[in-house]
Amino acid sequence: MPQIAVENLVKTFRVSERVPGTWGAVRGLVARKYREAHALEDISFSIEPGELVGYVGPNGAGKSTTIKVLSGILVPDSGRCEILDRVPWKDRVAHVRDIGVVFGQRTQLWWDLPVIESFDLLKDIYRIPDKAYYQTREELIYLLDLKPLFDTPVRQLSLGQRMRCDLAASLLHSPPILFLDEPTIGLDAISKLSVRAFIRRLNRERGVTVILTTHDMDDIEALCTRVILIGQGRILSDGTLDDLRASVTTERRLIVDLMEEDGDVTDPDAEVINREGTRIHLRFYPDRISPANLIGRIASKHAVRDLFVENPPIEEIIASLYKKVGR
Amino acid sequence: MRAYWAIISARFRMLLQYRAAAMAGLTTQIFWGIIRVMIFSAFYASSSTRQPMSHSEVITYIWLGQAFFAMLPWSLDSDIREMIRSGTVVYELLRPLDLYTTWFCRAIAMRGASTALRAVPIFVVAGIFFGLRPPPAIGAGIGWAFAMLGALMLGAAITNLITISLLWTISGQGMARLMPACVWVLSGSIIPLPLFPDWAQATLNFLPFRDLVDTPYRLYMGHIPPQYAIYVLAHQAVWTAALVLLGRWLLARGTRRLVVHGG
Amino acid sequence: MNRPGPVRLYFRYIGISIRSQMQYKASFVMMSVGNMILSGTEFVAIWALFDRFRSLHGWTLPEAALLYGLINIAFALSQSMARGFDMFAGMVKSGEFDRILLRPRGTILQLLGQDLELSRIGRLAQALVVLIWAIAVLKIAWTPGRVVLMIASAAGGIFFFSGLYVLQATMAFWTIESLEIWNTLTDGGKETAQYPLSIYRPWFRRFFTMVVPLACVNYFPTLAILGKAGSSGIPEFVCWLAPGAGLIFLLVSLRVWRIGVRHYCSTGS
Repeated sequence: MPQIAVENLVKTFRVSERVPGTWGAVRGLVARKYREAHALEDISFSIEPGELVGYVGPNGAGKSTTIKVLSGILVPDSGRCEILDRVPWKDRVAHVRDIGVVFGQRTQLWWDLPVIESFDLLKDIYRIPDKAYYQTREELIYLLDLKPLFDTPVRQLSLGQRMRCDLAASLLHSPPILFLDEPTIGLDAISKLSVRAFIRRLNRERGVTVILTTHDMDDIEALCTRVILIGQGRILSDGTLDDLRASVTTERRLIVDLMEEDGDVTDPDAEVINREGTRIHLRFYPDRISPANLIGRIASKHAVRDLFVENPPIEEIIASLYKKVGR
Repeated sequence: MRAYWAIISARFRMLLQYRAAAMAGLTTQIFWGIIRVMIFSAFYASSSTRQPMSHSEVITYIWLGQAFFAMLPWSLDSDIREMIRSGTVVYELLRPLDLYTTWFCRAIAMRGASTALRAVPIFVVAGIFFGLRPPPAIGAGIGWAFAMLGALMLGAAITNLITISLLWTISGQGMARLMPACVWVLSGSIIPLPLFPDWAQATLNFLPFRDLVDTPYRLYMGHIPPQYAIYVLAHQAVWTAALVLLGRWLLARGTRRLVVHGG
Repeated sequence: MNRPGPVRLYFRYIGISIRSQMQYKASFVMMSVGNMILSGTEFVAIWALFDRFRSLHGWTLPEAALLYGLINIAFALSQSMARGFDMFAGMVKSGEFDRILLRPRGTILQLLGQDLELSRIGRLAQALVVLIWAIAVLKIAWTPGRVVLMIASAAGGIFFFSGLYVLQATMAFWTIESLEIWNTLTDGGKETAQYPLSIYRPWFRRFFTMVVPLACVNYFPTLAILGKAGSSGIPEFVCWLAPGAGLIFLLVSLRVWRIGVRHYCSTGS
């Protein structure tokens, strides 16, 4: 029985267009032009309890719109959605009590209040019983290392600190489901790592279902067993990361660091993509030649200082997926 | 110079886009005009003594006030206010433009655009339906037009003063509340200045605020004869110059304070 | 203590708002004084007009001051409480309303709790001064009923203006731009109510009695308090029941608000 079931969601927005220039401005006084934005066109998926799903797509693909529908704050034009046996937008108060939502760019904490006071206020808003609250809060403080931040007003926190506090705030009422909208955006490397570690732990140890929308492919590779790729309102792919990769191409990359700026590196089974000084990027297909054989061949013909094998960057995978679908 | 003109026209164009706001503003102004006229008419009907301004003159005065309401330095540029609040106003100092003049141009554009959108329709509507009379002579009309330009400048200078006062956050907030209130009353926007008690007239005539509303409108009606227009314009010019100088001085001190204290 | 209901939560919110305002004591004082002077200038204008014209449709300055005092008390108090609604357009624009929807509490409660603007006390104080002066000068035949009616008038006024603020905020669901129009009803309404209703045209009077019940919360009760009901042609009992219209108006506004929230959830931001 899926925890989250989404079927054939459709959502279209009417956006007013502004015509540039002075004449356009005057014309705009009289009549406005509208255009239709098809944010969601037949979105379907289902998620079991305890999954950690990455929801990926470029800007405007429909990620935020989907999250809003799942949160219950946006009503779709058509389609079904059931979360924990409820229709999110029909039963707003009850539904919202069972989910946590974190927006990367907007904090849910009160700007002028010390962190701990924001937490206490949330306790009252969510009507969390004393014992459960203090226990959960202590755990979160420990896991996210929030103790030094207690008395700091939220406006004085750095982005990384604020994100950790927002994460804690969204979990104070122990929801079984967590929506994260771009949680690592703008964070420094250390904060990203700790946020990822926390999310992983939350999912693996507490079984919290997590849906994570992000642009950051490292987030996806680090966390998600399942990736749903959305583009221009449609689901382009739904499966593991390897499935996603394999659906596009089986190619691998070999990056070679030569001792000196040699001549060309050529090989019948490998194609040079890129050359930066002594570093050369090669493309090859493991079903035609094994990585070990290719490495052996290259190393025997050139003076190699270092080399490594990689998957093609996920951005390229996704970009070619778009081309494949013809958009 | 081109840069400043570009600032004015860009903001002008941007503000013209708010057509719904303009429509709403129109309705608001007409509504207020109707209320005011009813109130004054009731007062005039309740008394038979001769007043410094006639009933029909007051009606014209009120409707002029509604048509050109947007010219009053009532509200501040919210962008600048936000800039000062968040401290990002320091970045403005990095630009190769004079900050005071830039703000001045913005004020002119803001007042100008809002007025342009509303003045003509209200003028027409009030003229047809509500008893707004045309000027009795061409001279009156010309005098009025010049006085309105002067009022625009003066209004921008006052707006700038209020905006600059925000650099001193605590006292700035107080000023931002106080000044518009003073402007409101002392300019003649609530009631025409001649209707204030006789003992107050000297002070009211000295202060700059009457040049925003009272004197231009009375020029229009011929209540102030056209030949006196030159005195009105001189009064406006002197006060505008004084307020600009004060504003520039305050801005210099204020930005120095900002730079030293780090916002 | 454990699981606060809406009232407790409201006071919790307000406590936070007050504490944060008290952190900036100097600013609070300046703003309050500024507000007092601002509303004072409005009364100065009324005073100046009565000084010139002596009377208005048979009403003297102290009688008009009674109207002024009552409506401004209601106005100041509702301005103070309705700040969240006043700022609502900005919240829709910035997406903050989404966060409000994501909390398991009513939207009205959360918006009410946004802020309790203490500096409006400036206008409140000034209005009280005018009201007390008017009562002192006028020789009103006070009865317990009339005292209750006066309080009911202020209360009705608070409901009335609050209803207007709720409607104003509701409009933000449809358009962010033309909200100025509501100022005609809040500020304009207050201005209108400061003078006896009889001076206005019939269509105006009807509008502000039946559609927007401004007269019901200020003019009619004052007629009864001053004993002028008979001479103005309004039945006495209407004047006594009139403040209730303010409450009804608020309840209607809240209904419209709920429709607005539904619309927002259908069309996004």
